[in-house]
Amino acid sequence: MAERLALIDYGSGNLRSVAKALERAAIDANLTIAVEVTNNAAIIATADRIVLPGVGAFGHCAAALRSLPGVWDVLATRVQTEAKPFLGICVGMQLMATRGLEHGEHKGLDCIAGDVVLLAPGDTALKVPHMGWNTLACVQSHTILNGLPDKSMAYFVHSFVYTPVDKNDVYLTTDYSQTITAMIARDTMIGTQFHPEKSQGFGLAFLQNFLKWKP
Amino acid sequence: MLATRIIPCLDVKDGRVVKGVNFVDLVDAGDPVAQAKIYDAAGADELTFLDITASSDNRNILFDVVSKTAEQCFMPLTVGGGVRDADDVRALLQAGADKVSINTAAVLNPDVIRVLAEQFGSQCIVVAIDAKKIATSGWQIFTHGGRTATGIDAVAFARQATALGAGEILLTSMDKDGAKTGYDIALTRAVSDAVRVPVIASGGVGTLDDLVAGVRDGHASAVLAASIFHYGNYSIAEAKQHMAANGIKVRL
Repeated sequence: MAERLALIDYGSGNLRSVAKALERAAIDANLTIAVEVTNNAAIIATADRIVLPGVGAFGHCAAALRSLPGVWDVLATRVQTEAKPFLGICVGMQLMATRGLEHGEHKGLDCIAGDVVLLAPGDTALKVPHMGWNTLACVQSHTILNGLPDKSMAYFVHSFVYTPVDKNDVYLTTDYSQTITAMIARDTMIGTQFHPEKSQGFGLAFLQNFLKWKP
Repeated sequence: MLATRIIPCLDVKDGRVVKGVNFVDLVDAGDPVAQAKIYDAAGADELTFLDITASSDNRNILFDVVSKTAEQCFMPLTVGGGVRDADDVRALLQAGADKVSINTAAVLNPDVIRVLAEQFGSQCIVVAIDAKKIATSGWQIFTHGGRTATGIDAVAFARQATALGAGEILLTSMDKDGAKTGYDIALTRAVSDAVRVPVIASGGVGTLDDLVAGVRDGHASAVLAASIFHYGNYSIAEAKQHMAANGIKVRL
């Protein structure tokens, strides 16, 4: 039976781009995966993989996710207790943190302890948001990065940055006159600050690796 | 280090590309999706669709173009032209746009920028500013495709737009647009230095040196061009190599 991937729809941004990129990555990897765009806790609870996309403000996204009946709890259970492969993208990654400090203090899913704080590049002439293509530096290896060249470039657009308590959870960083967490991971959870669905060849290869991943 | 973005722009009217790449082997040069795929394969860092359709009746054609592009091009896509309110933004984002640029509606009622940024996030709200140099001093904003003078100072408006939540400024010099004599560097620099968000320089590119000047002298974060790519004068790769040779970090 084909795997089922739940792509969580909580009214945030570029859902269609993410769905289409996942479908393309599945085809390229010769995988039969049904991508289900959903806001239904029951569907998420039975999916084999979960992707939480997200653009916009942390507090707004957290509130939107909480407003979906049962979804917040099922995410926590499914991802942390039952260890289903999970990918959070951009704000979807930031929501894995303990707290978001964008326009006030907001609670995250607390999957990987840490705070989401405003970018503060050392060079104050640098623009915020951090928008565009930046180089990824691999700080430790991870199965999901297998076969992807080090120093690949990925597309970012964000003004806040995830600072995990345990630096051992950081796998990729990027430099913007400060070190930005570009990918975090623990157990079956992955989070990327960059947008794989917008990162052309590299992004599709990354998504293929996530779809093939059997942690 | 963040790479400077090179952004080709496609003008779309009634679902067809008005100015397109003259590739002899392209079966349908007016198909925006086919053109988008060419730029995607060529390594463009983002793509912008500017809808210049006069009638709002044909709006659904644009949504269809955006949606087909988003299915096939996995790169950032900005769509502008005729965007007035949250319904327009939502429809474009749902079709697959990543950013939406808003021009006349933002000038007529700047508070719409705040409303849209709060709802969709600053990262996807681009404010497009069309400016002309005025005799006394500075630059003034024009709307309705450059036909209507507003009396609003371009630099002051850029500051106001970003304070209200614009995540990026798309800055076009109406004096330079189509002239192929280079960006209005003084304008680009004045706006870039006045705001914290990225500024995309637009209007006037004739040579690859113009792209370099937009970044080096104009302090732009990204450079947009239409004609030099459309008519095949230069490829995206040539543009990037030229910028790299001039010490500008690009994604090769």
